[in-house]
Amino acid sequence: MKTDVTTMDRRSFLRVSALAGGGLLLGFALRPLHQASAAEATAANFKPNAYIRIGADGKVTLIAKNPECGQGVKTSLPMILAEELGVDISTVTIEQAGLDEKAFGRQFAGGSRSTPDNYEVLRRAGAAGRMMLLEAAAQTWGVPVAECAALSGTVTHAASKRSLRYGELAAKAATLPPPDEKAITLKSPADFKLLGTRVGGVDNPSIVTGKPLFGLDQKLPGLLHAVYERCPVPGGKVKKANLDRVKGLPGVRDAFILEGGDDPTGLVPGVAIVAETTWAAMSARRQLQVTWDEGDVAAHTSAAYDARAVELGGMPGKEVRKDGDVAAALAGAKTVVKSAYSYPFLAHATLEPQNCTAHVQGDSVEIWAPTQTPGGGQDLVAKTLKIPKEKITIHVTRIGGGFGRRLMNDYLVEAAAISQRAQAPVKVTWSREDDLRHDFYRPAGWHFLEGAVDAQGRIAAWKNHFVTLSNKDATEPVRSASLSADELPARFLANYRLEQSFIPSLVPTGFLRAPGSNAIAFVMQSFIDELAQAASRDPLELRLELLGEDRILPPPASGRGPAYDVARMKSVLRRVAEKAGWGKKLEKGRGQGIAFHFSHSGYVAEVAEVSVAKDGTLVVHDIWCCADVGPIINRSGAEAQVEGSMIDGLSATWRQEITVDRGRTVQASFSDYPLLPLSDVPRVHVDFIESANPPTGLGEPALPPVAPAICNAIFAACGKRLRSLPISQTDLSWT
Amino acid sequence: MPTYELKVNGALRKVDVAADTPLLWVLRDSLDLVGTKFGCGLSQCGACTVHLNGGAIRSCQTRVAAVASGAVTTIEGLSPDGSHPLQRAWIKHDVPQCGYCQAGQIMTAAALLAQNNKPTDAEIDAALAGNLCRCGTYPRIRRAVREAAAALRGEKLTETGVDVTAGLAASTCCQMEVCA
Repeated sequence: MKTDVTTMDRRSFLRVSALAGGGLLLGFALRPLHQASAAEATAANFKPNAYIRIGADGKVTLIAKNPECGQGVKTSLPMILAEELGVDISTVTIEQAGLDEKAFGRQFAGGSRSTPDNYEVLRRAGAAGRMMLLEAAAQTWGVPVAECAALSGTVTHAASKRSLRYGELAAKAATLPPPDEKAITLKSPADFKLLGTRVGGVDNPSIVTGKPLFGLDQKLPGLLHAVYERCPVPGGKVKKANLDRVKGLPGVRDAFILEGGDDPTGLVPGVAIVAETTWAAMSARRQLQVTWDEGDVAAHTSAAYDARAVELGGMPGKEVRKDGDVAAALAGAKTVVKSAYSYPFLAHATLEPQNCTAHVQGDSVEIWAPTQTPGGGQDLVAKTLKIPKEKITIHVTRIGGGFGRRLMNDYLVEAAAISQRAQAPVKVTWSREDDLRHDFYRPAGWHFLEGAVDAQGRIAAWKNHFVTLSNKDATEPVRSASLSADELPARFLANYRLEQSFIPSLVPTGFLRAPGSNAIAFVMQSFIDELAQAASRDPLELRLELLGEDRILPPPASGRGPAYDVARMKSVLRRVAEKAGWGKKLEKGRGQGIAFHFSHSGYVAEVAEVSVAKDGTLVVHDIWCCADVGPIINRSGAEAQVEGSMIDGLSATWRQEITVDRGRTVQASFSDYPLLPLSDVPRVHVDFIESANPPTGLGEPALPPVAPAICNAIFAACGKRLRSLPISQTDLSWT
Repeated sequence: MPTYELKVNGALRKVDVAADTPLLWVLRDSLDLVGTKFGCGLSQCGACTVHLNGGAIRSCQTRVAAVASGAVTTIEGLSPDGSHPLQRAWIKHDVPQCGYCQAGQIMTAAALLAQNNKPTDAEIDAALAGNLCRCGTYPRIRRAVREAAAALRGEKLTETGVDVTAGLAASTCCQMEVCA
């Protein structure tokens, strides 16, 4: 059974088209043959569009368009093509695309967007290829195309028992016009053979045998190795450095100062050491002495932010949203709960430190980079080096962890600038200390909450004064430090008030996995538990009551964000509670906590079960997750994202904190910025409700509920309420 | 610079490097064996783990001069064709996410299994406690190590995963063990 495109949901069709920039998407997704390069479009090489190549030898190559940082898109996106094209995934070659946004549209790894942005596009690209192969077979046999079927790389004509492999049809198919866009017929999801199954990562065989894949693995003839010393205080400038001494050290080819600019997302001022080997560069760096002009950030300290936040929290903030009459509801409440919550800066700590290999020759640049936004990297290098974009080639390597760090391209422009000055191909390698100290941190934040419970045990009012970091002029939050006026419980309560105050900050901030949500969920879902406690209500029951009737809340007025389908959230909440045995009797010292959060279009609820020993030792036993992101593409990859999100969230919640002292990041290694070791990892249970909605991404939405689920479980276990993170900073002992 | 003759993956390799060069950078920069990863340079993450005379060591903290005539094995030399039971189990359980730490995880696990092919879960946790995974692939690492240990003992586990024989091929197996 086929689904004709004309019956395709109009809204998703328009959405897909709009994302391409005004309907151009189908134009490049289904680029006509004459737009493919002449060499590609030879008779022996069928290339119906930018994503698919079939050789006369039968070799099928599918292109993975987006950067792979562990989220699995190098496997899952080609699966979508393979499903519609009708080829066995085990027989195809998957190729990572370099940067070519004219051919592929936007190529980035962020916002859990790869699946929702590309699902329809890739289905149509695969289907167009299948239709041309079917047509080629029908013409070859002189039979109606409707009598032919495509499966496993073969077209068959059942009536005459004839069949031809795709490779045998490639030459003829290459001479056919592509199907009219309106005539493209997609498979019915009921007929899917591949989507929804478990497929191993395409690079796994190379990973387990140590093949060169990552940014740091790149090699070039004559490659030199560089390290770069940046001011320990962001924004600082080089006054002087002992370059002559460094230049004379073994293996060092050159050492120089790059002036750089003020913007930490661009080329920052520093001293480059270029050497024959990585170790020679690293060794020489230990002899480097730099005098810095530290600039304004040196006046900034985490402890001062904390103190200022408490001051501001005691005063009224600027009103951001006001529903009903919070003051009256608080005054008439049976119980009022007042709490202050805070969370720290966090680093990304990708296991592969930032690095980039660049070769600048005159006005042409070639870059090999583990970047989540190669297009952004190209723009930045073009702007900084004043070289036309078209002259900058970006090869996208496998990325040893992204988590949002590599949405920034500071290390790309650094490598390009060093290569330009050194007049040689250069690989820049950051140390772990560089990596932790020159990050774009998840911003710290503070929330001063008041909640009211009425005589019936319902939440009657909710007030939040959010104190957040802002730009120098206190006109807007810094990157990733804003809170949507529509964030839950806004829109779910009659009396709700959100206020905001700013602490000007120059600490570089950025997007960390599930930005915004990774902090907000902790605050909101913990405070709901406090209100449940005050009302003597079951935390699950109160959550379901808060969510209310099944309905769809429209997208926020800001236009940023999708609609909120309340029934989907209630379903995942009920399901995860059932799977976790919510409400079961546990001994003192052991408890369960529940939380939910909607982000990146994903509906996710989680339950954690922990023990807290009397001496305060925390053991996390289990975390259950139920997510509704629509249909699953690659089941193994989807489960991996949820497992990883839960462990990542636990790692941060339990032990991670970045602090700033006189503008400097204090933490410098995994000893003071610990990642969860295997021995502390709980059992994790992944469950999906595969609703019939368009599929959405899973790289992020399973992370936000972890922190509140764990903290609520700790309260259930021992009565200690966590209102600041990380957990390791709080004494959990009890009697 | 002094010359060192190293025994790496069964072959003798001559390198001219400073005596204080960590084995990690000799492998990566001089011998083009980049499967061994740089993660911290401080012996805190385990991404650089290789074998020296069969034992797991952190190559970022092992100076080339200290290797002497010892036999070094890297992930590239763990098996001739990627068929070590751990490598097979890693693929079957689709362990890697970003993949950066996995060579170190496998090398540490291989040293453990060479000594003890029936490790308890606690022994697996203890042996791998110094190998950090930022992506959180730990549950699958545990399963893959158990599976490989069973294979080394000539037993077959019933743990499910993706189909190892077909490489990329999909399998229709049921829920994974943790949820069963």
